[in-house]
Amino acid sequence: MRRAGIGLLAAVAVVAALAPWVAPNPPDRMFPDLVHAPPTVVHVWDAGPRAPFIHRQRLVSRLERRFETMATARVPLRWFRDGRLVTADAGAGAPLLLLGADGYGRDVFARLVHGSRLTLLLALIATLGATLLGGLIGGVSGYAGGRVDVLLSRVTEFMLVLPAIYVVLALRAALPLVVPPRTVFLSLVAIFVLLGWPTVARGVRAIIASERSRDYVSAAEALGAGRTRVLLRHLLPSARGHLVMQATLLLPAFILAEATMSYIGLGFPEATPTWGTMLQDASNAALLGDTPWALAPAGAIFLVVLAVNLAVQGSGRPQVQLDR
Amino acid sequence: MRAFLVRRVAFALVLVACASSAAFLLTRAAPGDLTTQLGPLAKAAEVAATRARFGLDQPVIVQWARWASRAVRLDLGDSFLYNRPVASVLGPAAINTAVLAVAALAVAAVSGIFLGVIGGSGGPAGVRAAIRALSAVCLSLPPLLTSLIFVFIAARTGLLPAGGMSSAGAGDLSWGAWLVDVAWHVPLPALALALPIAATFERLQSQAMTEAVDQPFVAAARARGVSHSALIWRHAWPASLRPICAVLGVAIGALFSGSFVVEYVTTWPGLGRLMYEALRARDIYLVAGCAATGSVFLACGTLAGDLLLAAVDPRVREETAA
Repeated sequence: MRRAGIGLLAAVAVVAALAPWVAPNPPDRMFPDLVHAPPTVVHVWDAGPRAPFIHRQRLVSRLERRFETMATARVPLRWFRDGRLVTADAGAGAPLLLLGADGYGRDVFARLVHGSRLTLLLALIATLGATLLGGLIGGVSGYAGGRVDVLLSRVTEFMLVLPAIYVVLALRAALPLVVPPRTVFLSLVAIFVLLGWPTVARGVRAIIASERSRDYVSAAEALGAGRTRVLLRHLLPSARGHLVMQATLLLPAFILAEATMSYIGLGFPEATPTWGTMLQDASNAALLGDTPWALAPAGAIFLVVLAVNLAVQGSGRPQVQLDR
Repeated sequence: MRAFLVRRVAFALVLVACASSAAFLLTRAAPGDLTTQLGPLAKAAEVAATRARFGLDQPVIVQWARWASRAVRLDLGDSFLYNRPVASVLGPAAINTAVLAVAALAVAAVSGIFLGVIGGSGGPAGVRAAIRALSAVCLSLPPLLTSLIFVFIAARTGLLPAGGMSSAGAGDLSWGAWLVDVAWHVPLPALALALPIAATFERLQSQAMTEAVDQPFVAAARARGVSHSALIWRHAWPASLRPICAVLGVAIGALFSGSFVVEYVTTWPGLGRLMYEALRARDIYLVAGCAATGSVFLACGTLAGDLLLAAVDPRVREETAA
């Protein structure tokens, strides 16, 4: 099971890295006649085995979102052309839409693959930041002791009580509501780091506080190592396991937080493909019943969270952790 | 015990004061205020007059002090957005959120504990594997995903209403019919909120149960000829309740956080949705009121969790008494 999780994560990372090559269409290309079109079915059988091909979909009724498959003509898939893994002749009105099209007639699969880059990068950077900051604050708190420790511990505990999503909401809403993607990225990273560090810091503080009285620390101090050196080179490595464990808990939480913020319209702008902005297409219940492929980003989030949970199974991480 | 209670209440008061003040100041500091709603064509004099009417022309500190001095007397000011006292807007929303949270907690506790006991006390291997797989899947399905999936299923099958708390025109119904209508709307959001927490409870209970059935007192009871079901439910289960009670405070926090997303997706008219609307409209008094109500909920939840833990674990009782 662990291997399956790690394999899945590696596959997601490769797909995200190679997004422009994997996606059959550009993520922002609109097909006006394929708005809310269902996924294209890839056939390999037409009175005998054939190379994979698709059929053209023709719009019958825009109002009822009804499409007709032109079963008479075969459109062959083209492999390794135009710098893409596989694509179909979009010019002839038969693009390869593996997960259907969204409300602007854009390829959901292409947007999913491209969106994974921003969503995962944001979560990774925020995880890294929160782990570093938490490690540092926890380390200082545990090593310094005394008043510094009391103050930092109180702040940490207070932050832990607050329900995270409301704090994210309040902080994000304090910024201008409409901002360019780059600003959204930076502000979300900052907000996530600000909220993520306390859980890390609490554990690191406990570890460092108990390690501080060990002989190797006294030895390092006797040899003349400065306080910074003792903390960074001698004490913090003992919390490495805890840091990794916390990172595996923060990463899924941050992926989800991005999705939530973008879904409610306080994250990235609609045109930017991320898993959160794509989920906005699922917010119309009546429409969602007819276009289940709008849930594709939810499936992607589930897969990544499941993969992380499987990958760390049996590594001493608590199996369950509730986020506030 | 009294010292413990006093400490908790003091902490709760600090939490409520800090959270609501922070929300107030944060929203006040945000760009734009309610005069944005006058539109771009409003004359400068009109904007200034509106600001003066609601006290928005005062320095932040003065504004905060005024609000705080009234808030301690439970007067939370007027909402700009609804043009009504904040308390009258907050009341129904708080009740709606509480209904959702209590229903979800009940579902999560009953199903999580039941499945956990079955899974942890030995039984057919197939059943245990199925429970394990189910909870592994649910653990990777946060409320955002469960609520979206349930809304999709509801929209597709029409078994349950896909959103809202009551049907259109439910205001004309009699009391009984209205209650039935609301009860019809509760299961979907409650289930969406409960699933991840139920999975957590199942894992904890299953682990604790596995340890409990190996205890000597269970073997002794079995030797006395106690029946299997009595052995599990009367002897082993009470001894294995501690882990769940220990996370109950956190679970209530998770419930509260999760309820924001669920309320948003299923258009449940609760505190989370209200706070979101208030934040977007820069309705500072309503935001502060929501934050205050939310932190009261949270403090009560944590306190309830601690009391329950003390009830099942004598060691905690003695610690806090000392």
